[in-house]
Formats: sequence, structure tokens, C-alpha cells
Amino acid sequence: MTFELIVFYLFSAILVASATMVITRRNPVHSALFLVLAFFSCAAIWMLAEAEFLAIVLVLVYVGAVMVLFLFVVMMLDIDVATMKAGFIRYLPVGLLVTLAMLIEIFLVVGADNFGLDKFPSPAPAAADYNNTESLGNVLYTAYMYQFELAAVILLVAIIAAIGLTLRKRSGTEVRQQDPSRQVKVKKGPDRVRLVKMEAQD
Amino acid sequence: MQFEMSSLMPVLPEIFILSAACVVLVVDLFLKEERRVVSYGMAQISLLLAVLVTLFTATGERQILFDGSVVRDAMSDVLKIAVYLISAGAFLYAKDYLRDRDIFKGEFYVLGLFAVLGMMVMISANSFLTIYLGLELLALSLYALVAFNRDSVQGSEAAMKYFVLGALASGMLLYGISMVYGATGSIEFGAVSQALANSGVDKRVLVFGLVFVVIGMAFKFGAVPFHMWVPDVYHGAPTAVTLFIGSTPKIAAFALAMRMLVDGLGVLHADWQGMLVILAVLSMGVGNLVAIAQANIKRMLAYSTISHVGFILLGILAGTGKGYTAAMFYSIVYAAMALGGFGIVMLLSRKGFEAERLDDYKGLNERSPWFAGMMLLLMFSMAGVPPTVGFFAKMFVLEAVVSVDMTWLALVGVFFSIIGAFYYLRIVKLMYFDKPVDETPLSAGLDTQVVLSVNGLAMLVLGLFPAGLLSICAAAVG
Repeated sequence: MTFELIVFYLFSAILVASATMVITRRNPVHSALFLVLAFFSCAAIWMLAEAEFLAIVLVLVYVGAVMVLFLFVVMMLDIDVATMKAGFIRYLPVGLLVTLAMLIEIFLVVGADNFGLDKFPSPAPAAADYNNTESLGNVLYTAYMYQFELAAVILLVAIIAAIGLTLRKRSGTEVRQQDPSRQVKVKKGPDRVRLVKMEAQD
Repeated sequence: MQFEMSSLMPVLPEIFILSAACVVLVVDLFLKEERRVVSYGMAQISLLLAVLVTLFTATGERQILFDGSVVRDAMSDVLKIAVYLISAGAFLYAKDYLRDRDIFKGEFYVLGLFAVLGMMVMISANSFLTIYLGLELLALSLYALVAFNRDSVQGSEAAMKYFVLGALASGMLLYGISMVYGATGSIEFGAVSQALANSGVDKRVLVFGLVFVVIGMAFKFGAVPFHMWVPDVYHGAPTAVTLFIGSTPKIAAFALAMRMLVDGLGVLHADWQGMLVILAVLSMGVGNLVAIAQANIKRMLAYSTISHVGFILLGILAGTGKGYTAAMFYSIVYAAMALGGFGIVMLLSRKGFEAERLDDYKGLNERSPWFAGMMLLLMFSMAGVPPTVGFFAKMFVLEAVVSVDMTWLALVGVFFSIIGAFYYLRIVKLMYFDKPVDETPLSAGLDTQVVLSVNGLAMLVLGLFPAGLLSICAAAVG
């Protein structure tokens, strides 16, 4: 067994184990942290496949930004785990059956028979001066220009949708809002500070 | 790669709609609440101008652009123009409905235009990546539109269901595409079909990938057994949005099937034909049978959509030019029928009242004989009663199926459409032979009344003279 293969199996094992933990942990924070581990081992496998740029992007974007944001949301929201898990045991047998059937089918197709090394020999390793980022950039802005622009439009729609669905202008006492123009107009003196005499408490 | 005018001209319609959506977005920010109608007007004008732009840049030849990402051919032009016109109708019907419910906002039209852009991208996609991005652009805009009335619990629930199931379907589609890529080494339709034609590619992997591609597509079509989201989304969304979701995306779904299955995986026709037979028979069966039990007209029309999708699939699975023409004719006609059907639902609704129950249609003839007549034409057309256009749409599809020696399938189609006729005719009976429960006079703007009349009469006129549209479709499929 070559060193490469050992590294591959090591990270794959961590990946599968942490992915299982993501869906079985009771505490959503633990799930999110295991997801970070899953992404990280996935990045290591990509690195092994000589996709260095993608591996780094996965760590930077997913682990660094998306998951931190996700953890933040999980901590802010009061998620009732009990209701989320309700019916888990009841649906487990059916779920397992479906999973098993799909696993066997996928294994038959994606297994060594169809995607073995004899069908898809591993490509020759790239030269030492080969630049992953550069070659990606070269096609991204030329051959895939149309798709690149479309992805930008999708992000724009996501922004519009998110703001459209969450921005609320409420009036009255329902929500306390800042009014910057009034804040700026405040003058020194009694306008700004109000001293209140209070009884000392013990 | 050089970017010259010659390579940008064919995508001018897309560029135009994108710019229009951005302009509406910015202008809308500076409008006062009572001037909101300006955004609406701009959206309408840009859709109508897009028709002209598409016509003027059409060459009639098949052009492949952007390193094989985009295709511009006669079919894309016809489908795009149908999408513009039907979307313009949907925007128009939506105006009064949204205003009555205090959700008349510029975002509706901005998101609507982006959805139109997504459909255009799907219609002229020439690679799996482009078609996927177009699909996501459409879907993302629709998710936001379904949740558009933020104070409605039903709307949020429908949006959530739509979002989760839509994401799942996209995942399936992507997994299937990855298998196709693994077996052929390309995501561009031309290259994929060339790789398939050279024997020696592994068929097992391809068929496995094909299954996932078809499942993803069936989700987007709303074909049984992947239809669970359709009734809930149609029911939960504001009717203005239901109208939009129910009409034009069916044209885009037809394009999706044509591009992926015919342009890309056409060599595997024998394999996907069997899958589409199952989907079509189940859709026609479940759609028509369950629709009978619905007391809510939006749910009823949702199940009716499912059954019509079965018919569109029948045309595609025939696998001949005749079948594709029939399916294209059917999808355009269906989009127009759904537009009119939901248009009537919105006409009867008013501030604080949704004409959702079937009982709300009782005695419509006494309240407004003209619009009862329009609804009659639309329902006859959906049921497939001659001389309305729905009859010819069904006939062309069945003819195509019979001509490839699948007579049994045509019989199944006829059988279920006879069952389906029951619930369409029930509406006609309620309108003409029952006493009205609600006597409130109909209040709709002149524009809505005129367009709705044109929409209804079009069913009759197209039915009397179906040859025009049919020959356009036949030329487009070519």
C-alpha cells in the first residue's frame, strides 16, 4: 500500500465518520463542528487529487466563512431539538432500507467495475511549475464566461430575495429603530443627557 | 477567446432582460408608494420590447456560442416569445390582486423578470452547466415569490416546502449530470451526444446518471411521483404568484427536457422513453383522479397541471419530430390556458376575499355572463372539448404517440382525459346552473378585462385555426 493510498483512506474514514456524526448528534453545535471536520477532510482528499486551489477555497469559504456563520445562527436560534428529532426512530427502518438499496445500487455503478483504475487510469502528475489557479482563471473568464456571469446574477437574486423577505419597515412602538438624522441633530446639554435621581438600593 | 459584437448579438435578448431587471430594481428604490405602478409599467414595456429584440436578432439558423454554452435556434426564439407574452399577461393580472393586498411592490416585478431570464437561459442552454444555472435562477426567484406575502403563514410554509424539495431535486439532477460527465467527459450537449454515438462508452453508468437526470427533471415538471410539492405550493402561494408558477415555467420545463434528453442524451432515447412512459401514465392518472376530490380551485388546478404534464411528456417520449412539435404546441397552449384559468380566479377575488372554493363560482353566469363565457372556454379547452385549442393539443400528442406504435398509451391518455373532463365540466355546471352565493359585482380594471377576454377568446380562435401555431412549432423543432 502506497503512502498516497494510506492518506486517502485515512481522510476518507474521517470524512465518513464525521458525516455520520453530523446527522446523529443531538446538539446542533456539535453537528456544525463535525461538518467543519468533514469539509476539512474533504479538502485534504481534493489536495491529494491535485486540486489545490479548490481545496484551499473549500477551507477558506466553507470552513472559514459559511460554517462560522452557520454556527453563529445555530447559537442565536433556539432550536427545539426534541421536535426536530421526533419520528426519527419511527422512520428509521424505512430510511435504512432505502439507504441500503441506494448504497448497493450506487456501489454497483460507481464501483471498481465501471470506474476502476483500468477504465480511468490516474492522470500523469502535473509538472512542478503547473499553476492550478492560473489555469482555472484562464477558462473561468473565457470559456465559462457566460456561466460565470449567470452565477453572478443568481447571487444578485439571492440578495434581492433575502432583503425583500426580511426587511420590514414597522412604525410605532413595535420595534425600536434608530433614526440617524435625529441622532446627529442632538445638541449638547440637557438634550443629550438626562440625569435621574434614584434611591440607592442594597 | 475574443468577444465581438457578432458573438454577443445572439444573446441580446438575455442581456436586454437582465439590464431591464436591474433598471427596474434601481428605479423602484426612488419611487413613492403611490407611484409604484411605474415599476410595473417598466417591466411590461421591457417584456414587450424583448419580443422585438428577439425578433430582430433572430436569424433562423442554429448558432452555438460561448464555447458551446449557448444555442440560439428557431425553437429558442419561439419559446422565448411565448414566455414574454405569457409573463406579461401574468404581470397584468397580478397588478390589481397585489394592490388589494398591500403587497404591490417593485420586487415582484424584479423577481419576475429574473425568473423570465432564468427561463430564457434554460431555453437556449447548450451545456448541462448552463441549463442548471438557468434552472437555479428560475427556482430561486420563484421561492422568493412564493413567500412574497410575508404575513401569510401558508405562503411561508409553501415556500419552505418548495425550497427544500427544489434543492433536493437540484441535487439529484447534479448527481446525474456528474455521472454523465464521468462517462462522456463533457458537459456540452453536442460533445456528449457525439461521445455517446461512439460506441465503447459505458452504458450502465450513463443509464444510472440518466435516471437521476430524469428524476430531477420530473421534480421540476411536477410529474407523479415527484409531484408532492405542486398542490401545496399552488395553494399556499398568493394567487398572483401561483398564476406565474403555473404558466410559463411549464414552457421552460419543456425546453429543459428537450435540451437535456433530446439534444444531449438523444442516443439513449430507448432508455428514457420507458422512464417517461411511467411518469406520463402516473401523472395523467393521479392528476385527474385526485383533482376530482378537491374543493379548492387552486388545488384542483394544481392537480390538473400534473395531468397536463403527463400529456406533454407523452409528446416528448414519442421521440419523433412530430412528437416534439406536439409537446411544444401543448406546453405553449397549456401555459396560455393556465394563465386564463388563474386570471379568472383573481378576477373573482377582491380585497380580503380569495375566490378559492369551488362554491365561489356558483352562478357566475348571473353575475357576469361575459366572464362566465370566458371561463367556459378555458375549462372546455383544459378538458379538451372541440372546437377549443385544448382538443387539438391533446389530439396532436395522441397522434404522435399512435404513430410510433404505442396505441395503448394513447388509449390510457384518452381514458384519463375523459375522467378529467368531469371536474372541468363541474365548474361549468356550477357557473351556469347554480344560484350565486355571493352577489358582489366583479371589479376589475379595463386592462384586465380586455386581456382576459383576449385570453379566453384565444382558446377558441386557436382552436378554430390551429394550423398557424402548429406550423410555427413544427418549423421550430425542424
